Amino acid sequence: MIVTAQHAVLVQGITGRQGQYWTERMEECGTRVVAGASPGRAGREVHGVPVYDTAADAAAAHDLDATVLFVPPARAKDAVVDAAEAGIRTIVCLAEHIPSHDVMEMLAVARECGSVVVGPNTAGLVVPGQSSVGIMPGFAPNIFRPGRIGVVSRSGSLGTLVCMNLVTAGFGQSAFIGVGGDPILGTTTADAVRALVAHPATEAIVIVGEIGGSMEEDAAEVITGLGVPTVAFIAGRSAPPDRRMGHAGAIVTGDRGSADTKVAALRGAGVAVVDIPSEIGTALRGLGVGPHAAVAAGG
Amino acid sequence: MNLLEHQGKQLLASIGIAVPRGDVADSPDAAGAVAAELGGRVVCKAQITSGKRGKAGGVLVVESAAAAEAAAREILGSDVHGHRVRRLLVEQAVDIGHELYAAVLDDPVSKGPVLLFSTAGGMDIEEVNATSPESVRRLPLDIREPASTEAIGAMVRDSGLAPGSVDAVADALAAIYRLYVDADASLVEVNPLALTTSGDVVALDAKVTIDAASVMRQETRLADLQGGTPSSGGTDLERSGAELGLSYIELGGDVGVLANGAGLTMTTLDAISHFGGRAANFLEIGGDAYTKATPALDLVLSNPNVRSVLVNFCGAFARTDVMTDGVVNAIEELRPDVPISFTIHGTGEQEAIALVRERLGMEPHDLMDDAVREAIANARSDREVSA
Repeated sequence: MIVTAQHAVLVQGITGRQGQYWTERMEECGTRVVAGASPGRAGREVHGVPVYDTAADAAAAHDLDATVLFVPPARAKDAVVDAAEAGIRTIVCLAEHIPSHDVMEMLAVARECGSVVVGPNTAGLVVPGQSSVGIMPGFAPNIFRPGRIGVVSRSGSLGTLVCMNLVTAGFGQSAFIGVGGDPILGTTTADAVRALVAHPATEAIVIVGEIGGSMEEDAAEVITGLGVPTVAFIAGRSAPPDRRMGHAGAIVTGDRGSADTKVAALRGAGVAVVDIPSEIGTALRGLGVGPHAAVAAGG
Repeated sequence: MNLLEHQGKQLLASIGIAVPRGDVADSPDAAGAVAAELGGRVVCKAQITSGKRGKAGGVLVVESAAAAEAAAREILGSDVHGHRVRRLLVEQAVDIGHELYAAVLDDPVSKGPVLLFSTAGGMDIEEVNATSPESVRRLPLDIREPASTEAIGAMVRDSGLAPGSVDAVADALAAIYRLYVDADASLVEVNPLALTTSGDVVALDAKVTIDAASVMRQETRLADLQGGTPSSGGTDLERSGAELGLSYIELGGDVGVLANGAGLTMTTLDAISHFGGRAANFLEIGGDAYTKATPALDLVLSNPNVRSVLVNFCGAFARTDVMTDGVVNAIEELRPDVPISFTIHGTGEQEAIALVRERLGMEPHDLMDDAVREAIANARSDREVSA
């Protein structure tokens, strides 16, 4: 699911305002956008990129590795199904507030087609210096810099802050995976950790988690035995129980999904858990991971 | 959106699941009248969107209309788990033979619906799961298909239920799943699902949550609910926030918070707590900052405990210059008499910082930690001055 400079990317909803704007920003980051899709807009071009009616039509004309969806929640299910049935392996679904039954349906179709969905409600994927697929500021050198830290985050805004903190502390990222803030996600934190570890540039992992759900506990099980230095920050440690703080997964009920259970599971797996994002750099150095600000793009 | 019990039961009844006879009452007189009409033993249940009402005194079983009136006097207007009770469900008591547990909910692990069933109903399911996990059966389902009656039947038989009841219970479970699908529910929970002494299957409680993202396509069903669409609850300010479409929660502290993104806003609260302060609210304003900043800031300032305000923006998709423009407009309009601290990063950062400098004469902090420390210090010094 990590999209590099070699991969060919489709933008679904490319003729919309956001689609056009972010296509340009993604290209600035190095992303190889080869096609767009918008129903009824075949034959147009956006920033020189040819537009097709459907993902299936685009896939017939191009070898596509990944797609990113700038489509409203009500149309997201059909767009993901279109992409999965067109054989696109990585589908980045940005939309928030997709009906959960639609999410379950589109994930079932994607699974049967052998596609991986990242999201919904994700800010996307970044490989600094190579690509940005989604709505992360992959073009901002004070936030993303080629490096050796694999970052996984449920939140785009907090993921941005953490990446900026890493750069300030002298680190760069091998890749950033935004898994999304919805309760049901195509890619879990554990899936993202596996992908980051398999990515050759990764030396250490930073997990940006949140209260609610059990994704961080599940990721802790994956980390145990990997031998990869890992630092985690869990947002919502000061949140009162039973209050929903925006992200659908961020509700604490009983003794499951709380900050304490997540922190305990991660510490049990040998992860250094920090109290605030600004401590992440120090924690990485504490695990023997040195700053490496000057890793060349592509490294 | 959490429905009230009687609304959940209305939906269950509409798909053919038996529920006790009864009606809703909003006064002791009305409760007495419903009880008189039903005759015999009745149950008076507080209609709030919170579980564990029984232990909190929100459920009373009484023997007469007069006793129902007295029970209603006790429960109506009382506070159960922070919810003011405005309505009661008065319904006929059922002779329970066996209490079962049934639920369908969204399962993040199987990424589809899961049907839960247990013969140990009536209790808190987390408790049952902790003490005898083998008694909670799980059947993952495919949202695209109707539930297989064979698979449900096999699960119920396997749970050890008396063979004579298996078919009726399996039919009820299949119906509950249909309701979950048709109503775009993220949860339909019936606990207990009772087998009466005469062998009937009756839903004695109903917890139904309609997926907030699907409310648009459930308008007709929601409009038909008795008592109307349930309010989201919360404090007066929280309800104002909800009306504005803002994610706003009141907390006990004195530092008002405006931030973008759920994750960053929670982190802002964590940092305030880490540095020894206390947040007054959670307010995730995000992309709405440009258009809704004035009512949002007004909401924060309406809490009399607020002694300072912290604005924390970190823009990826949401451009910080656009968000900051909205907040600067709000500050110029509302002229708050408490100090404000800024920290701004990400997309449009330079323009945003220039806006704060030029129009407010303030200097945003480079580091979030410094802005947090300042906001806490401001809240403290202000309190000392006013004390």
